[in-house]
Amino acid sequence: MPATKVHVTTTINGEPVEFLAEPRQSLLEVLRDVVQLTGSKEGCNDGNCGACTVNMDGRIVDSCLVLGVEAEGADIQTVEGIASADGLHPIQQAFLENAALQCGICTPGFLVSSKALLEKEPNPSEERIRMWLAGNLCRCTGYDKIVKAVMAAAKEMAS
Amino acid sequence: MTTTYEPNKVLSNKEFKVVGTRPVRPDGADKVTGRAQYGADLQLTGLLYGKTLRSPHAHANIKSIDFKKALALEGVKAVVSAKDFPETKDTANYGLGDSPMNYFRGNILADKKVLYKGQAIAAVAASSVHVAEAALSLIDVKYEVLDAVLTAPEGMAKDAPILHDDLFTKEFEKQTKVNSNIAEHFQHKMGDIDEGFAGADVIVERTFDTATVHQGYIEPHNVTALWNDDDRIHVWTSTQGAFTVRAAVSEALAVPVSKIKVTPMEIGGGFGGKINVYEDPAAALLSKKAGHKPVKMVMTRAEVFEGTGPTPGSHMTVKMGATNEGKIVAAQANLAMEAGAYPGSPVGAGAMCVFTAYDIANVTIDGYDVVVNKPKTAAYRAPGAPNAAFAAEQVIDEIAEKLNIDPLELRLQNAAKEGTRRADGPIHPRIGCVEVLEAMKEHHHYQSPLTPAKNGGKVGRGVGIGFWFNIGMQSACNISVNNDGTVNLVEGSTDIGGSRASIAMHAAEVLGISYEDVKPQVADTDSVGYTAITGGSRTTFATGWAAYEAANDVKAQLIDRAATIWGVDPDSVEMEEGVLRSKTDTELNMSFKDLSAQLNDTGGPIVGRGAVDPSGIGGSFCGQIVDVEVDPETGKTDILRFTVVQDAGKAIHPSYVEGQMQGGSVQGIGWALNEEYYYSEDGRMNNPTFLDYRMPTSLDLPMIDTVIVEVANPGHPYGVRGVGEANIVSPQAAVANAIKSAVGARMEKMPMNPAAIMEQLWS
Amino acid sequence: MAKVFIPSLMQELTDGQTQLDIQGSTVREIIKELEQSYPGVKDRLMDGFKLKGNINVAVDGEVSPIGVLAKVQENSEVHFLPALGGG
Repeated sequence: MPATKVHVTTTINGEPVEFLAEPRQSLLEVLRDVVQLTGSKEGCNDGNCGACTVNMDGRIVDSCLVLGVEAEGADIQTVEGIASADGLHPIQQAFLENAALQCGICTPGFLVSSKALLEKEPNPSEERIRMWLAGNLCRCTGYDKIVKAVMAAAKEMAS
Repeated sequence: MTTTYEPNKVLSNKEFKVVGTRPVRPDGADKVTGRAQYGADLQLTGLLYGKTLRSPHAHANIKSIDFKKALALEGVKAVVSAKDFPETKDTANYGLGDSPMNYFRGNILADKKVLYKGQAIAAVAASSVHVAEAALSLIDVKYEVLDAVLTAPEGMAKDAPILHDDLFTKEFEKQTKVNSNIAEHFQHKMGDIDEGFAGADVIVERTFDTATVHQGYIEPHNVTALWNDDDRIHVWTSTQGAFTVRAAVSEALAVPVSKIKVTPMEIGGGFGGKINVYEDPAAALLSKKAGHKPVKMVMTRAEVFEGTGPTPGSHMTVKMGATNEGKIVAAQANLAMEAGAYPGSPVGAGAMCVFTAYDIANVTIDGYDVVVNKPKTAAYRAPGAPNAAFAAEQVIDEIAEKLNIDPLELRLQNAAKEGTRRADGPIHPRIGCVEVLEAMKEHHHYQSPLTPAKNGGKVGRGVGIGFWFNIGMQSACNISVNNDGTVNLVEGSTDIGGSRASIAMHAAEVLGISYEDVKPQVADTDSVGYTAITGGSRTTFATGWAAYEAANDVKAQLIDRAATIWGVDPDSVEMEEGVLRSKTDTELNMSFKDLSAQLNDTGGPIVGRGAVDPSGIGGSFCGQIVDVEVDPETGKTDILRFTVVQDAGKAIHPSYVEGQMQGGSVQGIGWALNEEYYYSEDGRMNNPTFLDYRMPTSLDLPMIDTVIVEVANPGHPYGVRGVGEANIVSPQAAVANAIKSAVGARMEKMPMNPAAIMEQLWS
Repeated sequence: MAKVFIPSLMQELTDGQTQLDIQGSTVREIIKELEQSYPGVKDRLMDGFKLKGNINVAVDGEVSPIGVLAKVQENSEVHFLPALGGG
């Protein structure tokens, strides 16, 4: 039985957005299949890989663990909202220059998480970065170059 | 000699202009903005969603399947099962050797019998994923449940339940009349093993067991297929080999390859696990039965664990003997690896790699490929070799300990060199085993005292070295010249870790133009010549070589064109660093850019082609130094410091070589300490989630320091050796040796989780 | 003559010979020549005109991408090996 859809008004990447969601649909499903923002990835659908990480009202969340209807009135930022009209954000540039991605499937989640960290703590230690990013799995890089990219971005943003 | 500390260094042997630099990847902007299109991101008009019904039993006969209720559900458009496969030949070959058709198809949709929990039985296409999932629960399957066999020793036991009544043991391809779970036995023999051991002063023999583990790519398998109204099939998928998918769909559905087009989407990790084809043929069949509508299928994480991969669990005995002076005189290995449900474990590769780092006169290696009630194993980064090295590199370590010789020194004393005969017969060409061991020995890490404990535990250091032979195989590439002095490069290797960059760098080097002036793209199977898998560490080696050939073809045509324009003999014209000039008349010179602008007025476009199936493959050695801290109360192990040293031949893009070394090493650490398929007695995987199948997180690790050694491969124009795999071979053994050095426990089981370590400490 | 190494589990076909000197300019010719003296070798290694899917041949240490078509030199070493895959 198709469920009755709920009308949701929200803000995504600074733009007002309205959509209809089934109550059972996760925010990730809504972002990808309804709003057509496929930058957030599904790796596990149970909150363990972090590939679907988005920023929701200033907190980073696994969008697979949030219901689409919970987006009502929220302010959501996805990977698609990180770059600006002026170009890539320093964290994006740092990931490229430090070869911090191989396959790139986990990259959107890492970028959203890292950006949130640097906005709260402009100069995090290696240990702090590792702790903060422990909810994002990467299977390609061994994290070395990701941690270095976050440190490089912090330096760039401070200058 | 001590060295100063550098986290990453390249011991380079030769400098080039573009090769060896670290440019940003051409697909980078798309991948940091969320624009890159991975398989699951595809949306098509009229799209339906497919889901697969999977066996709840590890071993059972299928008595009947009833789709009536499922088909009655609103929104369900089609169902398929093995009955929908057309009649065809007996053998399937999709580019990776022959297999019986019933085995090949059985792993796509099981017919009559299921051989592992999670095996696909049927598939449904519906208007949404949720409807498709609901439909699965309405399919009524009747099973007759059978006893399951879960490990190689269980499978080899005389009274074991038999998986296949048509499987008879082969002895190096000799068909015996023994119906058994042992699909194949082979042997490598060199010298006289008994004589060898008779001459040894110290002999160590141990038996090792390792658990089944998964490749663990973050992106689940996915496919979208359209069986069009004109009977042409279009498949979009994340794969390590678009042509392999094309061949597999062709073989499974008995449709000619010319009717199939495969578009490779961006791929979110593979490590060998995205070579095999799973849901693609079923998606195509569903598309046809649903009235030629595109059907998208994306696996859940549990489906990925239970229905794809893994790499085998193994049971191995290794015995080695050495003289008091430290000369290893005999080595014997008995390797049994789980193939999973159908024959084809990587035991052959494990056998080839087990003693390859050493020069040993007397060697016998026996390998057994054993079917068990687990998912059919797929390649995973140097398949088979990490299992083998876990055994051999620990036995070597124990010999060093008994002889009181430094473990790297013992390895150096016995290291294989150019001219050393391998146990499987061939002689090593130029290899970098000694150079890697020397770089390890001289490294700041090895020269430094043990890293202090962080949490009051016991610390220890371990080393290991591993080998992977690498492969060549077919690659094709086209390069066309744009009139603004740039080139478009079209190639067929799907890009898992930055290979667009390393391939483009080959072309830029040949043409003497900047890396940014080469625009690479990965093409679909209709648009480029046959290109084999991105696997076996072949992509930069072979597809890079195809790009080298194509660029040289362009260069020759540019020289001809310049000669035509100048009215001189082409032999008198050369092209260096992007400039064409006469060898005799200094007045005659022209940049590549200027010439490219004139092409359309002087004879038309220039397109170069490269198509290779190269020999000259260079194997790679890779070693690790690891400091661990073990809590003797709980058995928890932390990695304190980690250094990886690998021979890359020539690092085309050093950052991506380091990335391979770091990534492979960390997968090895996860394999060593945590990861395993944790089975119930009746063959169900108890931990098919990322929470319970615990892969390393950033918090579990230190920085992974790298040293790239460059012992040029004489078989490649720039000296390249594949680097994707050798790095996962010995981290497990290095960690085991470090644990032994920390707490005295010799680890015969992997994973070496707290329980396994406490068991050893208490025994 | 090329030096042909006989896999240990195939030596039952070659009267226990581990190594044989065989004349031939390609692997195909070598196998044909072996078959003359040791019947059964060809069926063991080949399926029709090709090597069996699970067997590779290495000439002078290089696994032949073209199977039995590989050229063999006067002093070449020829090895028959189980086929291997990579990840």
